[in-house]
Amino acid sequence: MCKHYLYSILCISTSLCFKPFRCRSLPAQRKYMRSPPIPEMATQEVQLSETLAHLKTESDTLKGKLEEERAKLHDVELHQVAEKVEGLGQFVMKTRRTLKGHGNKVLCMDWCKDKRRIVSSSQDGKVIVWDAFTTNKEHAVTMPCTWVMACAYAPSGCAVACGGLDNKCSVYPLSLDKNENLAAKKKSVAMHTNYLSACSFTNSDMQVRLSRMGEDTCSSFVTALHHFFDLTELFKVFRHVLHDFMSLQGCDKKANVWDMRSGQCIQSFETHESDINSVRYYPSGDAFASGSDDATCRLYDLRADREVAIYSKESIIFGVSSVDFSLSGRLLFGGYNDYTINVWDVLKGTRVSILFGHENRVSTLRVSPDGTAFCTGSWDHTLRTWA
Amino acid sequence: MSSKMQSSGSIAQARRTVQQLRLEASIERIKVSKASSDLMRYCGEHAKNDPLLMGIPASENPFKDKKPCTVL
Repeated sequence: MCKHYLYSILCISTSLCFKPFRCRSLPAQRKYMRSPPIPEMATQEVQLSETLAHLKTESDTLKGKLEEERAKLHDVELHQVAEKVEGLGQFVMKTRRTLKGHGNKVLCMDWCKDKRRIVSSSQDGKVIVWDAFTTNKEHAVTMPCTWVMACAYAPSGCAVACGGLDNKCSVYPLSLDKNENLAAKKKSVAMHTNYLSACSFTNSDMQVRLSRMGEDTCSSFVTALHHFFDLTELFKVFRHVLHDFMSLQGCDKKANVWDMRSGQCIQSFETHESDINSVRYYPSGDAFASGSDDATCRLYDLRADREVAIYSKESIIFGVSSVDFSLSGRLLFGGYNDYTINVWDVLKGTRVSILFGHENRVSTLRVSPDGTAFCTGSWDHTLRTWA
Repeated sequence: MSSKMQSSGSIAQARRTVQQLRLEASIERIKVSKASSDLMRYCGEHAKNDPLLMGIPASENPFKDKKPCTVL
């Protein structure tokens, strides 16, 4: 009954104010009749291939023009401008806490806004909520599938969302009552095609952004955490959420910027040489960093519409799984498949530190909301907080 | 017949690509020098509030272990 209710809310919300978005589809193509070929058909076929060729030429011309426009404004490199900035000193960062409890690879983690709780998900099918100061486990939920690839903490701290190979995003309300069966209270948002690779809440508990593996689309769904859901509440929520309308997505080698209101991809960057695994906004929102299997992290400025920095070294040959900025945006942390964390000076483009500790790939990395620490999850089954 | 469907499918795809490229080509851009100096300014303004950058005393950082006190 509850599931049915949720579905109908989705339908209502969809038609009224918020479309789940994909690339816009074009007006329906002419339908061709199933009759024997006549000379007219042959002409149509020729016309079609001419149109195709014409479109391809236009597309190539546009690509050239795009590069030209971008190049015109490329008057200097970021690290050149940053030469006058003071260099950073030595950094001493180390593991402060190790969170043990997962039975298999940790795939994803997220911080709660209270700056001390963490949610993590693992290949063992478990989603655990930890108190990062004390390392105590506060909640543990077993998902019906293994490979829980994505998890996120709701802004209120009252719920977590997670999903993976089960092709859907489930939202679990967190309660203080340890005896309560969390699994019974979950709400699901079904996805149908492809497994969930990333999810995050917008500024509200009511909406999650979801990304599917390898798909060039970005979707947003209403979570409907509460049993009784008034439509007026729904409208209030959407007005609030509209301020949080931009979304980053890494899809294969491309990094895309989506405007959730129109469902359009407004900017696209393809400079990585291999799949992108992670994208994170720079704190001001004017830029973002990406980490890729090509062993580099890159910084893209949204207003200059181009890549402005590459963070790489010849000695680093393993892919980056996860990136995040420190609070001021001066430091970029990257979790790598060679078990290390590299810390980069964002402005100068140099590496300031390399951190060891994990015994297998670092799969996920997030800086805490107040910037006092960052947490990493690894295939070695543990999470570590560093400061 | 099927090849026609294929070409109409790829025409749709090509039209989408052209539309997308037109959109991307027409956005407003600023110079890298301006964008870089804005990034630098942001870093500078917020540097003092960045605990991982500046380092905060162990007593204030809940993750760093406090030094044991000895009672003399």
